[in-house]
Amino acid sequence: MRYVDEFRDANLARTLSTQIAAVAEPGRHYKVMEVCGGHTHTIYKHGIEDHLPETIELVHGPGCPVCVIPMGRVDDGISIARRPGVIFTCFGDMMRVPGGDGSLLDAKAQGADVRFVYSPLDALKVARLNPEREVVFYAIGFETTAPSTALTLMRAKAEGLTNFSVMCNHVTIVPPLKALLESPDLRLDAFIGPGHVSTVIGCRPYEFIPADYGQPVVVAGFEPLDLLQAVYMIMLQLAEGRSEIENQYGRVVPWEGNLRALEVLQEVFELRPYFEWRGLGFISQSALKLSDAYRDFDAELRFDVPGVRVADPKACQCGEVLKGVIKPWECKVFGTACTPETPIGTCMVSSEGACAAYYNFGRFARSTARAGS
Amino acid sequence: MCLGIPGQVVEIMDEAAHIAKVDVGGVRRNVNIGLLAGTSDAVDLGDWVLIHVGFALSKIDEEEAASTIKFLEGLGEAYEDELEQLKGSDIA
Repeated sequence: MRYVDEFRDANLARTLSTQIAAVAEPGRHYKVMEVCGGHTHTIYKHGIEDHLPETIELVHGPGCPVCVIPMGRVDDGISIARRPGVIFTCFGDMMRVPGGDGSLLDAKAQGADVRFVYSPLDALKVARLNPEREVVFYAIGFETTAPSTALTLMRAKAEGLTNFSVMCNHVTIVPPLKALLESPDLRLDAFIGPGHVSTVIGCRPYEFIPADYGQPVVVAGFEPLDLLQAVYMIMLQLAEGRSEIENQYGRVVPWEGNLRALEVLQEVFELRPYFEWRGLGFISQSALKLSDAYRDFDAELRFDVPGVRVADPKACQCGEVLKGVIKPWECKVFGTACTPETPIGTCMVSSEGACAAYYNFGRFARSTARAGS
Repeated sequence: MCLGIPGQVVEIMDEAAHIAKVDVGGVRRNVNIGLLAGTSDAVDLGDWVLIHVGFALSKIDEEEAASTIKFLEGLGEAYEDELEQLKGSDIA
C-alpha cells in the first residue's frame, strides 16, 4: 500500500483504514455511491479500495457533467456550430463527446468554427471581439458550473451584447439521485456527497436521503484522505444505526452553500419540465434553461435546433455505468472498441468519467494487486 | 473542467465588474470574484480562492490551498491540462 506520499497524514490514513475494517459488520456487503466524477478519479488514481475491506464496494455515480450529455444534445450543438457565421464555444472536455454523427471536434475538422474556452467569460470576450459573428456558448455542468454561466449572462445583458447566446445543458444533482434511489436495479447503503456542487447548494438539499430512504450522506473533499475519512464517517453511522448528513469537507463547503450563487441561479435560470440524461433517460425537473428575462440569449430559441433524440449505441453500456449497476471493466466494449482515444461512450471521454479513470489508473492497480496476491 | 484550483488574489482589476488577478502556480490570470462579493467570504488582496472555470467559488485558507495544490500536482495530466487552459484564458 502506498500510504506515505499520497495522504496528507499517512498515520491518520492507516488508523482510518483499520477503524473502517473494525466497524464493518462481518458478512455484510456495503455499497457506497460516490456521486462526483472528481471522487471517482481520486478513487482509481490512488487505489482507495485497496485501503478498504473487500466488503465495502464503492459504486460510481452520475456526477460527471460531460458523461450525462445525451447524443441528441451533442447533435443539436453541432447543428448550430455548422451554421455560417457562428463561432461555437465550449469547454475542452466537450469537444470529443460523440454525438449521433461525430463530435464537435469532427465538425471543427470539417470546417465549423468550434473553439474551446476555459471560462464562459472567455466566450463572452470572443463575442465582444467579433460583433459581426454569432457567438454561442455550449454550457454544461452541475450547480458548480451553472452560476458561472449565470454571471456571464448577466454581464452580457448589462453590456447589451446581441451576438452572444447560450445553449444551456446545465443539470441539477438531486433529481438523478432520487431516480437512482427509486431504481430497482441498485441497492445502495450510503452516499459520498459531491464536494464542489455542495459548495454552491450546501448540504440541505440532500436531507431527503436520510429522511426518506434512511441512508447516510457524507459530503467529502477530493484528497485520498478525505475519501477515507468520509467512508469511515459513513461506516460509523451505519454501525450506530444513524442516518444523517455530515460534512467532511467543512473547510470548503458551508452548510448553507453559496447564497449569492443560488441567487444568480434563481434569476437567470428556470427548471426544465424534463431533460434527457445519457443512460438514465428522461428525468423530470432535472435541468436548467434560461428564464424569460434571459430568453433573448437562449441559443435554442435563436437558432432552430433539430431536437432529435438519438439512441445510445447498442454496444455502449454507459447507462449502466452511470447508474452504478456495472463497473467500467464489465462493459462489453471497454478497452477494446472504446478507449480514451476513440471513445464510443461519454464515460470514456472526460478524465472524471468512470471508464476513463479506470482505463488510465485502475486497471494497473488491479493487475498489480492480483500479481501481488 | 471539474477541478477547483487554488489561486492567490494579487490585484483587484475592476471592482465594479468583480474582476481580480490571481496567481496560480506562477500563472497570473483574471478571474471573476462576483460569487463571493457581498458575502462573509468577500475577497481581499492576498486571499486564497478556489477557482472553477474562471470564477472564484469559495475562499480557502493558506494551508488548504497548499494541500490542494500538492494534491492537484499529483494528478498529473488532468491538472496540467487545466493549467494550460487557464493560460489560454483572457477574462476582462
